[in-house]
This record gives sequence, structure tokens and C-alpha cells, in this order.
Amino acid sequence: MAAEALPARRLAWGGIVGEAAAAAGVALALALPLIGFRTVETNAALGIETRFGWVAATVAAVFVGRLLLALLRSLHLHRKSVTRPTSPQPSPPPGAERERPVEREGEVGGRRFRAFSPTWIGALGIAFAVALPFLPFSSRYLVDLATTVVIYVMLGWGLNVVVGLAGLLDLGYVAFYAVGAYSFALLAQRFGLSFWQGLPMAGLLAAAFGLALGFPVLRLRGDYLAIVTLGFGEIVRLVLLNWVPVTNGPAGIADVPRPSFFGLPFERHAPPGGTTFAEFFHVPFNPGQRIVFLYYVILALALLTNAVTLRLRRLPIGRAWEALREDEIACRALGINPTLVKLSAFSIGAMLGGFAGAFFATRQGFISPESFTFIESATILAIVVLGGMGSQLGVVLAAVVLVCLPEFGRAFAEFRMLLFGAAMVAIMVWRPRGLVARRAPSLRLAGRDGAR
Amino acid sequence: MAYFLQQLINGLTLGSIYGLIAIGYTMVYGIIGMINFAHGEIYMIGAFVALITFLVLGVVGVSYVPLALLVMLLATMLFTAAYGWTVERLAYRPLRHSFRLAPLISAIGMSIFLQNYVQLLQGARVKALPPIVHGGFTLMQSDGFSVEVSWLQIGILALTLALMAGFSLVISATPLGRAQRACEQDMTMAALLGIDVDRTISTAFVIGAALAAVAGLMVTLYYGVIDFFIGFLAGIKAFTAAVLGGIGSLPGAMLGGLLIGLIEAFWSGYFSVEYKDVAVFVILVLVLIFRPTGLLGRPEVEKV
Repeated sequence: MAAEALPARRLAWGGIVGEAAAAAGVALALALPLIGFRTVETNAALGIETRFGWVAATVAAVFVGRLLLALLRSLHLHRKSVTRPTSPQPSPPPGAERERPVEREGEVGGRRFRAFSPTWIGALGIAFAVALPFLPFSSRYLVDLATTVVIYVMLGWGLNVVVGLAGLLDLGYVAFYAVGAYSFALLAQRFGLSFWQGLPMAGLLAAAFGLALGFPVLRLRGDYLAIVTLGFGEIVRLVLLNWVPVTNGPAGIADVPRPSFFGLPFERHAPPGGTTFAEFFHVPFNPGQRIVFLYYVILALALLTNAVTLRLRRLPIGRAWEALREDEIACRALGINPTLVKLSAFSIGAMLGGFAGAFFATRQGFISPESFTFIESATILAIVVLGGMGSQLGVVLAAVVLVCLPEFGRAFAEFRMLLFGAAMVAIMVWRPRGLVARRAPSLRLAGRDGAR
Repeated sequence: MAYFLQQLINGLTLGSIYGLIAIGYTMVYGIIGMINFAHGEIYMIGAFVALITFLVLGVVGVSYVPLALLVMLLATMLFTAAYGWTVERLAYRPLRHSFRLAPLISAIGMSIFLQNYVQLLQGARVKALPPIVHGGFTLMQSDGFSVEVSWLQIGILALTLALMAGFSLVISATPLGRAQRACEQDMTMAALLGIDVDRTISTAFVIGAALAAVAGLMVTLYYGVIDFFIGFLAGIKAFTAAVLGGIGSLPGAMLGGLLIGLIEAFWSGYFSVEYKDVAVFVILVLVLIFRPTGLLGRPEVEKV
């Protein structure tokens, strides 16, 4: 049968070339205005330059790329259609075809991780993270980068409570990060609080902001919530920018105090009447000590976040979050108060963001509204979604990818944000359910897995 | 009174621009229920295409202003629509049957990409354009304040009205519009009845992009300064406008746009310019709390 059908399955060259030509045509339309011409300033007036060579190159590249893609795809189909008759399984009904990939992806993910159980991967990951500053290839730059990664991991875990567990789409998470950072910086500056005193205050203030914002808006449906939180993020940034007497406006706040090791500062010279960390432990002073210490602080904060989240998932409140995410109407019918449940998720998420913000402030030593733009919110949300919503491990993976991508992209200098955007689209198209697709509720009906 | 009237006119002009962008959001949301985050960037691209077309026309030697404006309008709509189509094809169509947040993230990625794309190709500096359409007239004069209306403002309002009228006609009376409305109501059923859903969605993106392009052209002419970052705030505000009017409702988008424009103009006219964006968002929050479906939106009954 295969031999008879083969001639009909020859590559349809006409179609493929036509497709590529169409793509090239579209590329021409796209490239002509923006690539073909460049606005230049000459003598305070705008002039224009042409770059038709670039247009030709773009169109050619799109043509060839599309041709290759179409060829690969048709070869793939070709092989599949040849091998299909040999497989004994009956072909599924057309309706099932569409449902299946999603299901299967979750399954494969689930099975793979049952073999390497998440506990083991997690334990290995933690061991690696703890040992990182002392590994032979470690450097100051690497520890600094790792600190950034862990900040994003912590933010991702915080947002995961809101988006992944409770299913509330928050596009303004950076607002809580900013509130945490500014409240710590201001408390330290005005009232002389140290990092360890300021940290809980920053978290509490951020949580209070979460409550204040959440109370009126959490009755809104998903997408309205998204836009309101986005607006809130912008409001916070604008207030920070314009409320000069308190926030010092665009100039930001400098000299945010550094954390100390149980009262022992990381300085070369001890303050009057005190001892430095290096003196106390009789080790030579090294500026890297503070970097390593900061790294351990954020690692501990992040691990604490993770532990709290994992515990919360098993508490009734966590179950209520997940239930609400899956089906709000059913939850109402069962007597869960959706507003209260959402509010708890929202403010816990805000508090975690606030902790991360306070840490950010103490690590940078300087904060300004520039650090809290929408792009931060988008990055954190991307970390949660790319990781696979609700998956703690996925967040780590996505944070490593998204933070290191622009970092290693420094070689491409100005292209790195371009690549970042393109990578976000590409990863989403490639794995729409996230890198680690595991979003099953913690509690299931007893069956294959039983309650976990 | 005169000051009020002046702010009203400024607000309506600004509101027309927001309204035209908002239509793109509301159309896409109405059909596939996603926030097309890259739509603000499409508007920004529209502004750049308008600028470039103008400069090219200057080089070619077209100096008759109405002709130049017409060419700019058509070229901007055409080229920007191509961007709208491509964005949908590349970043959203593969995610059609995925879960709700996937296209949103993809859209945010697209938005970052397009911003940097334009920045790299056209430079990060603010582009300033000399005014093309000059003149206007004094509408009224009272206690030393004269209300000025420029021809450009009249032109923007007239063009917006014309586009809205034409657009409403297309949606209500042509097969294309019927397909749009059918897909909005029930995509599966529309597909069963022989409507090419993919093509309808593409059309929605193309129309939305073309209207946003007009808004970009207007901004280029009206303010005369554009840069690669204008799409972000305008996009958020236009989306706010769409939500304010009731997302999914086309007249609502226009109304919301006008309202946002007016709020912004009056706030900067009577209170502080710094907090005008804050005012817009605060009013959005208030509207959503007291009327969660927006001004013209249909209340949505959730069924199991």
C-alpha cells in the first residue's frame, strides 16, 4: 500500500516555493519602510538614508528560511505518512487530535519527573546553590550573577503564589517589589533601621499595599484584574518619580545600609567601638565576603519562601487557592469566599515581593524608580509562565534562563533585548505550557496517585 | 469657560487617537479573548512609517500637502497592517489552542522585540518633525483667553469620525463584518458554518493595525515628536480605554478613548501634569469597581 501511495506524496515543490515566495513578499513589505530607510539628523533637521541592500538581504533570508522550514516540515510529514500504516493503533477520531498534545505534554513531563523525582532534583539544586561560592570555577562575577538569579527566583516564587496557585493574573507585581525596596530604604534612612529590622517591616508594608489594592479589585474578572494591576504598577512608579520630598524623585535614594552578619559589618575598618566580620573571625578582609554573604541571605530568603509556599499548598488555604483557580463557580457553591481567598494569595505574594525588594535595596545600596518599570513585571511573569505555572522547579529553570540570557547576550550588546523578546516568543511557541509543565492541583481524588 | 472649551477640544483630539488604538484591542479581545500587548508597538510602528513616508516624499519632491497626506495615510495603513498580520501569524496563531496566559507572554515578548527592533533600526533619539499642516482659527475669545482650533485638530476629528463610520459600516453590513461578529459570538459554531476562523482573526489584526497606524500618523503630525517608546504608554492607555468602554464593544472603545483623552486633558489643564496618568488609572479602577463590565459592555453571565 505504501508503494502505491508514494508517488502522490512526492514533495510539492510548487507549493513550497510559493509559500516561501509569499513569506518573502511579506518580508519585503515589512522591511521596506523600517529597514529600507533610516532617519538621520543632519543640521537639526531630519533627513533620510536608504539601505536597500539590507532589505534585499532580509527578504532573501526570509525566503531561504521559509523554504527550509517548509522542506523540513514536508519531509517530516512524508516520513510520518509512510510509517503510519505499520503502526497497529487505530487512528484517533478527529476531535481527539486537538486535545491530545496538551494532555500528552503534561503526561510526559509528569512521568519524566517521577523518574527523577522533583525532591531529588530540588535537593541537588539546593546543594549546588549552597556550594556555589566555594566551587573551583566560582568567581565574584558568578556569585553576583547567581544573586541576581536568586532574586528573580524569589520574585518568581512570590508571583507564583498569585498567578500559579491562585490563578490571578498580576501584571504589576513590580509595584510590591518597589514598595518593599523603598520602604526599607526610607525606614533605614529616616529611622536608622538596620537591614534585619527593616526586612520584616518592608514585607509587612508591601502586604498592606497588596491588601489595600486587592480589596477593591479582586472581585474583578481575570483580565480586568490584569489591567488594574498593570495600572497600579505604573501608579506606584509615577508616584515614586514625582513625590520628590519623600522619594527624592528620579534621583533615587543612595546609601541604603548594607546588611551585617549578626551585627558584624563587612567593612575594612571597624566603626568606633565595633568589630568587623573579618576581625571577629580572624580572617583577612576581602570585599568578596559581602557578596557571598548577600548571596546566602537571598538564598535563605528564597528557600524560606519555597518552604512556606510548599506548606501553604497543603493547608486549607492553599487548597482553596488551587480550587479557585480551577473553578470559581464550584468554589462559591462550596461556600468558599472567593474575595477573601484571593486577597490572602495576593497579599502573601505582595509580602514576598516586598522581602525581595528590601533585599534588592540593600544589595544595590541605591534605588531609583528606573529599576521598577513594567519590563520587570513582565520578566517576572514570564519567569512564572515560562517555567510552567505553579511549578516551583520550573520557576528556577526559567529564572536561570531569563537572567542569564541577557547576561551572556552582552556580547551582542545592543541586540540583547531584541533577542530576549524573540526568545520569549520562541519559547512560548515551542512549549506553550512552560519548560516544566506541571500544574496539577496538590490534592486529587484517590486514584492513580492518591492524595499528595 | 474659554479654558474649558480649549481643554475640551484638546481632549477630543487626544481621545480620537486613543479611540483608534483601542479598537484594535477590543476587536482582538472580542474574538480570541487575549490582550494583544504588542498593539501599542504597532501604533508606534505606524508613527515611524508615517514619519519615514513623509521624509521619502520630501526627497521625491511631493510638496502638495493634501497629496502628501493622502499618500502618507495609505502607506502607513498598508505597511503597518503588514506588521499586524505578521505578529499574529508568528506569535499568536501557533498558540491558538493553548492556555490563556501563553499568548499574553508571547505578546509581551513581541512587544519587547518590536521596541528594540525599531530602536536598533531607527536610533534611540527622539525624532522631531516640523509641522506640516499649519494654521487654524480662533473659535471664541473671552477674558483674554482665546480658544484656538487648528486645522489639524479638525482634520483629526473628521478623519476619526469618517473612519469610525466606515468601520461601523464594514462591521454591520458586509460579509467580512458578519464573520467578525459571528466569530466573536461563538468561534466553534462560526467554523462549523463555514467561516474561515483563521482568516477572520487575521482580518481583525489587520484592521486593528491599520486603525492604530492612523493613530500613529495623527500623533506624528499633531505632536511632531516620536520615539521608539511611545507605544508602551499609549498602548496601556488605549487598553484602559477599551476596558473603560466595555471590552469587546466597538462603540465602547471609541467612547472610552474619548473619555480617557478628556480626563487626561482636563486633569493636566486643571490639576497637575505629572499625575495625569495616575488620574487615568484611578478612574479606570473606580469604573471597574462600580461597573465591572465597563460603560457599554454587556454583563457576562458565567455558566458552568
